[in-house]
Order: sequence, then structure tokens, then C-alpha cells
Amino acid sequence: MMQVRIHGRGGQGVVTAAELLSMAAFTDGRYAQAFPSFGSERMGAPVTAFCRIDERVIRTREAVTQPDVVIVQDPTLLHQVDVFGGLSTQGYVLINSTRSVEELGLDEFLNTFPHGHVCVVPAGDIGVKHMKRPIANTPLLGGFAAATGAIKIESVVSAIRQKFPGSLGARNADAAREAHDLVVSRLRDDKGVLHARAN
Amino acid sequence: MPTQRIKFYQTGTYTAGNRLLDEEARTVQSRMDRTNSLNSGHRACQGCGEALGARYAIDAAMRASRNRLIAINATGCLEVFSSPYPESAWQIPWMHSLFGNAPAVASGVAAALRAKGRGDVHVIAQGGDGATVDIGFGCLSGMFERNDDVLYLCYDNEAYMNTGIQRSGATPPFARTNTTQAVGGAPGNLLGTGKNVPRIAMAHGISYVATASVADLHDLEAKVTTAMGMTGARYIHIHVPCPLGWGSDPAHTMRVARMAVESGLFPLFEAKSGVVIGRTLIRHKVPVERYLELQARFKHLFEPRRNSEAIASLQAIADANISFYGLLE
Amino acid sequence: MRAQIEGSQAVAEAVVLCRPEVIAAYPISPQTHIVERLSRMVKQGDAGRCQYLNVESEFAALSVLIGASAAGARTYTATTSQGLLFMAEAVYNAAGLGLPIVMTIANRAVGAPINIWNDHSDSMALRDAGWIQLYAETNQEAADLHIQAFQLAEQLSSPVMVCMDGYILTHAYEPVDVPDQNLVDAFLPPFSPVQVLDPSDPISIGSMVGPEAFTEVKYLAYQQQLRALALVPEVAGDFERQFHRLSGGLCTPYRMEDADIAVIALGSVIGTIKDAVDELRLEGIAAGCVKIGCYRPFPSLQLRAALEGVSRAIVVEKDLAVGMGGIVSVDIRMALQGSAVPVHTVIAGLGGRSISIASLKRMVIEARAERLNEPHFLDLNTTVIDAEQSRRREQRRAGPVAEQVLRAVNAIGARTT
Repeated sequence: MMQVRIHGRGGQGVVTAAELLSMAAFTDGRYAQAFPSFGSERMGAPVTAFCRIDERVIRTREAVTQPDVVIVQDPTLLHQVDVFGGLSTQGYVLINSTRSVEELGLDEFLNTFPHGHVCVVPAGDIGVKHMKRPIANTPLLGGFAAATGAIKIESVVSAIRQKFPGSLGARNADAAREAHDLVVSRLRDDKGVLHARAN
Repeated sequence: MPTQRIKFYQTGTYTAGNRLLDEEARTVQSRMDRTNSLNSGHRACQGCGEALGARYAIDAAMRASRNRLIAINATGCLEVFSSPYPESAWQIPWMHSLFGNAPAVASGVAAALRAKGRGDVHVIAQGGDGATVDIGFGCLSGMFERNDDVLYLCYDNEAYMNTGIQRSGATPPFARTNTTQAVGGAPGNLLGTGKNVPRIAMAHGISYVATASVADLHDLEAKVTTAMGMTGARYIHIHVPCPLGWGSDPAHTMRVARMAVESGLFPLFEAKSGVVIGRTLIRHKVPVERYLELQARFKHLFEPRRNSEAIASLQAIADANISFYGLLE
Repeated sequence: MRAQIEGSQAVAEAVVLCRPEVIAAYPISPQTHIVERLSRMVKQGDAGRCQYLNVESEFAALSVLIGASAAGARTYTATTSQGLLFMAEAVYNAAGLGLPIVMTIANRAVGAPINIWNDHSDSMALRDAGWIQLYAETNQEAADLHIQAFQLAEQLSSPVMVCMDGYILTHAYEPVDVPDQNLVDAFLPPFSPVQVLDPSDPISIGSMVGPEAFTEVKYLAYQQQLRALALVPEVAGDFERQFHRLSGGLCTPYRMEDADIAVIALGSVIGTIKDAVDELRLEGIAAGCVKIGCYRPFPSLQLRAALEGVSRAIVVEKDLAVGMGGIVSVDIRMALQGSAVPVHTVIAGLGGRSISIASLKRMVIEARAERLNEPHFLDLNTTVIDAEQSRRREQRRAGPVAEQVLRAVNAIGARTT
């Protein structure tokens, strides 16, 4: 079973990201479960959402405390919330930022992760390009597909199109594809820690 | 020619003053084909204004709806005296649910009829002043603002009579109830309290709001008939003396009700879409004292000493009503 | 069609498949997604002539349905927590009048302290109001139980609550097979009421009943609920034949054939317990679990049979009877009366605290070692408790408890969830 934890702030589509991820996994023929870390938070407050993906029926309902993947949609949370709490040493990290791991002050911690498991993606910039707003959730899902290989980018795109009909869905899908392709191209460079910067 | 034995008290409905009315101008209640929806044999007290008001109102509503009527009743005197099985006095489909939810239950009946395409069936809800102005007020306001297709009838006897005469939001200033007793420095109900639900109903902008009294049964029937000819939320607030709670002679119910109207304390008017469109002029204005002195609940205003200040306050309320609605023009 | 959808959407779709005629609701988290979806489906014409009423309170919501149901309409609402308690008077009234209303409870804690997260305090508070209470383990079951609920309600002329864990199920995306309309139509015939407000056949409903008949009326209500003990499995069986999947029923055992220790619970935590049972089995502990799918009426005989052969039972319940301990465990002890099987009460998941597989396994191991206190509060932060209790001993004007505990939790360090 793969367990994913997504961190962000209210209004950034954190819960939606978990839902889309579960829909994409479902499209891939897997079992999936997505749920928010239930809060009454308003815009701007830290929010967490979870997704489990497995080959068999998922029964447990406990919160994800030992994730295989952590997605950080808002880098301002990095030093406020224990976003990496319980993360497997073989896990994956996706961070929305235009800065490097060193600039984020995370190199010491993240350098211990396997090659290609840490992706800093300028997801917000990609969001601005496609949606005129720094929407990072759908680009990060594209990055997730590329980095982990756990779901197909086509399934991510189809989940997005299903959830957001019309041009909004099309633009989000384009953003996800761009982030996906960016991470794939960086992965080919085979750098230890991946800094998927937009050129 | 069909004939029918009638009881003495019914002759009043054939007449106005000392004139026998033309058949068409007579009340629904005087007609041989009246439905007796609230049938005789119920357990109301002698002289009950509520039983009288309800009988006229419902029979008029039945006639207006061609007998396609469902009634919802709040908990209260009317519910208790009319319903004990197997002696239900109701000849129409009738339901009682709770004290505070009659307007919502009626909204539900109306919604069900709409869902089933039964536009021919009409819904009324009824309750006393406690059910209407106090505990059921939220549901009443909700029914009004949604403009649900319900005519709500409030029988206002100005206190919780079913539970043994306690103060409600419709109890007039200085009235003695068992929770506003005639003791202490300010005996009876406090001046400056209470609410005017007909005005609040009008503020919802609903199609029809009226006040009525058992003192004028022609007028009561006419207002029910008018309301039944309209759709959406409608409200009629009916003044009904309670001999037990008011300490008045059961034989004087009509007289007491008439004094309330003629003194100006209970103005009769009707309003459409929030605008007053008619009022009943006072024919012989009487001082409020004439009304108060008929009722033991105001006895402390006269004995052991006359409380002129209190009586003047009530007269001021009556005068303000007369001037506001133009009842003497 | 099988789809990856939110629990609330699945329930809303299942409700519309049942062709409701009047829906009235008042918004309260976490029930909102269900009624938002229903209002949309009604407005865009997906629900025929169904009427959707936005009312001013939960009390009004259920009152509207009381009227609509008495007028012969199939009716539905959803609420939770404070909302359920706010409508409590009408909850009893609907049952007393024998009106087959179906209501979803998106289970949530009851304040104070105000808490919007899941536990079963709300539906447990009204467990004896005369409604049938069904509890869903998954969103598939939640959707299916609604279809069964209308069938049960209308056959018995009794209202039914379908309880599903707030957020944990209502807001979870997982695969749900939402059935086809024709299959639901074949399973659920149009509502044929036993009493109806109808001008062509006027009856009085809701008369006062005195001491001469009240006991008899109540006895018949009791008998009627007991009929549900036969009908619930029957309807679940019919459902399985029609839809080819198991949903509902009175109680469902899991790995109980040779179980030595049984964990009993209601609702979505059953899934987590099943995973814990599997892990315990790998570690050589013969654990099993029993799901209570129908809590009212209480299936005493069926539970006794399901627990046959165990040497120990643990009831994991998301509620607390202050001054007593457990609620469900008391019922289980009654079901097991005369047997020597010890029954443990474990209070868990209050106010949304996550119930982990690790904690459940520890609980079973501690119970086997006779080290579980009674009642046991799962994952209780005793450091905070001790600090707050000693502070209150020292200070008369110690202030509000909730705020002080929050302060202590933050000072001592919160459990990360």
C-alpha cells in the first residue's frame, strides 16, 4: 500500500489534490481512499489530506502517520508544521517551490533520500502560467506521477477533466502535464536531489 | 323547502343588528350545508372563545376549499379539548405533532401535496398564542419567509391557558397570570413587554395578514374566505377571550371580545403584501376601563385602590392603535 | 456504476434513486455535502417532482417531514450532532406517530466543548427514541443502507436513521457502486402509507393518549421494533439477491470461527479493526471482530451467537456515558448475561481522535494480559490529565476545563495526527 500525505493551506486545493489522486488511482484499476484531516479551518490555515493506494480493498480509516509520499503545496509550512513526520526513509517528497533544497534549508535532511525521490517543482509558477493563479495542486500531481510512477499521467489528466469540466479542467490538465514532463526530463539527469526548475 | 332545527345561539348568524340578512350575506355558519368541521361534543370550557373562533374559521375554510382541507394543530387547549380518542371532534383530516412545530408540519403537508400534484387540497395550521408567538415562532417565521402555501390561524387568548394561565409574549401589560401575579410593586405583566406578531408577519411581505375577533364573526369568516382564495403563506390573528384565564363570565365572551375591539386595544385590520388595505372602524368607542373591569385578571387595577396610572397606560395603547390604524375616521 | 466518489455524493445519489418526494434540511458539518448535492439534483430536475425545503432549523426540518410523511410522501433529511439534539423532540414524535422517515446521521461529537469531528455521541443520545438505527462500515454500505432503510421504514411504519461516520466516511473518496434506477425501482416499490391525511377519508392523527392506553401503544411500538430483527436480515438478503453484494444485516462476524478474543464495534472503525485482527493473527493471537450493523433494535441473540466460544470480548465504542462508562458494552453484557465471558469497555475515537491499528493491537494484548482498566480510554494523554487535575486541586477558580486542557496539550506536546 502507498500512503500519501499532502500539506498545504486552506484554499489551495489540498483536499481536492487527495481526491484527484484517488480518482487517478481508481482509473488505473487500483483501490484508493482519500480523506481530509478534518478541520474547520478557514482560508490560509494549515490543512492536511491523505490518500492511500493499494492493489486490494483498503479497510483502515486511521490517519496517515507513516507516509510513503509527502507533498508540500505551500513551502511556508516547511518550518512551521512537521510535514515530514513519520516519512519513510525510502519515501518520496514533492515540494512546491522555485528555490533549491539548499535554499529551503532542507539539504541535510533530504540528501539522505534515494536518488530521484525528492522533487522541488515550481508548481505555483506553472499554475500561474496556465491558470493565472499560483495553483500548485494539479501540477504537483503531475510531478507525483512522474517521480513515483505509481499512477499514470493520463489517469491524473482524466481525473482532473472529470472533476473540472470545461476549460478549467483543460488548463489544470495542461499544468499537470507540464510539471510531469519537467520532472521526467530532470529525472533523466539522474541527479541525487532533484531540483525541477522551470527554465 | 329543506328545513333544519337550529339552536337559539345560532340565530345571531342570520342577523345584523335587528335585521335578518339576505341568504347570500349570511355567514357560512348559518348555512345548512356547513361542515361542522369542529363538531359539537368537544371538551372546551363554557364560553370558550377559541372553540367558537375555530369552528367559524374552519367551516369557512372548508367552504372556500370545497371541503379539500387538511388541518395541522399545535399543542394547546384546542388540541386537547378537541381530540381525545375515540371522541375526536374533527370531521376533517387533522394532525397534531408538537407544541412548537405546527407551521413546519403544515409546510411539509403543503410540500407533499405539491410533490403529488394535489393543487386542489389546501392546508391550514392553527395554534394558540403560546404556540404561535413564542415556542413556534421560529417555524412560523420560516414558513412565512419560504412563502409556503399555508394559512396559519392564531387563536390569541393572551396566555398559556392549557397549562394553567401563564404569561406568553401575547399577554397584555398589567394582566395577571400565574407567572405575572398581582403582587409586588409592579403587579401583573410588565408594561413595555410583548410582541405584535401580525406586524411581524407583515414584515415578511407575505400575501395576506389580518386580525379578527370572535366579536365580529362575519368579519372573521370573510377574512378566512379571502385568505383561502390566495396562495402562499397567509396569517390571521384571532382574538379569543378565555373566561377561565381572564376571569370573565362565560356568558360574556362576545361582550368582552367586543370591548377589546371597541376600545381600540385589539384593532381589526387586514394587509396584503405588507400594506394595510382595510380596517374595521370602531362604531361606539369605549374607554379601556369598560373592557378591563369585566375581567378578574385586571382586578388589581381597581382594587383595593384604583391604579389610574396603569389604566392610563392601557388607554394610551388603545388610543395609539386608534390613531395608527385610523379606527375612528 | 462503480466510481471513485465522495461518501456524501454516493449517499445523495442513492437517496435520489429511492425517489423521495419531500426533502427538508438545515446545514451542519459534516452533513452539508449530502444535502448540497440533493438540493442540486432536485433543482436540476433529477428527482422528479421532489420538493427540497431550506428550513430554519433541524427541528423544522424533521417537523416538515412529519407533515409530509403524514400526507403520504416519501421523505428524507440528514443531520448530525447538535442538529440531531436540536430536533430531539421531533425525533421522538416521528417515531411515536409511526412515520417512515429516513434520516442520515453524519455522526459527530456533541459539545461542549464544541467539536465538529466524528464520534457516536449524537446518535447514541437518541438510540431509544424509537427509530431503527443502522451503522455503515464503508461508503458502499452507507449508500446501500439508504436503499434498504426506505424499504424497512415503509414496511414497519417506523423511521430509520442511517448512521455514517462524519468526515471519515462522508468526506472520504473511495470506490462505490451506485446502482441502476431500474434495479432500485424493482427493490423499492412506491410508498403506500398505512395512515394518510386525505380529505376523502378524514382521520385524526396525534391525539392525546392517557394512562388507559399509553402502555399499550408503547408496547405495540416495542413489538414493531422487534419485528425489525427479522426484517433487517430479510431486507439485506433481498438486497443481496437484487444487487449481488452484502450490505447491512444485524451483525457481521469477521474471522470469528476460531476466535478467542472478539472486538465489537459499530461503523467505519470496523475496517481498521479488521486490519488489526489480521496483524494479530499473524502474531499468533486468535482475534476476531463483530460488526453491529443494526443497533436499534438490538440484536442480542444474534450477537450472543456470534460471540459463542470466545473467552473475552472488547467493545470499542465512540461514545461515553459520563457517570457510567460505555453504552454499547452495557448492551453486550446484557446479551451475554449468564455467560462468564469478560466484556471490556474501550472508549475510543472521541471527537475525531484517529483510532490506529497499533493502538487497537496494544488494546487486545493488554486485555489478554488482564491489564485493561474499566473502562479503558484508548490513547488517553495521562500527562495532560494529571497536570490539569493537580492544577484544579490547587486552585478554586481554575477556569474553564477545555481551554486549560488545550493549553496543557500544547505545552506538553500534542500527539501528531
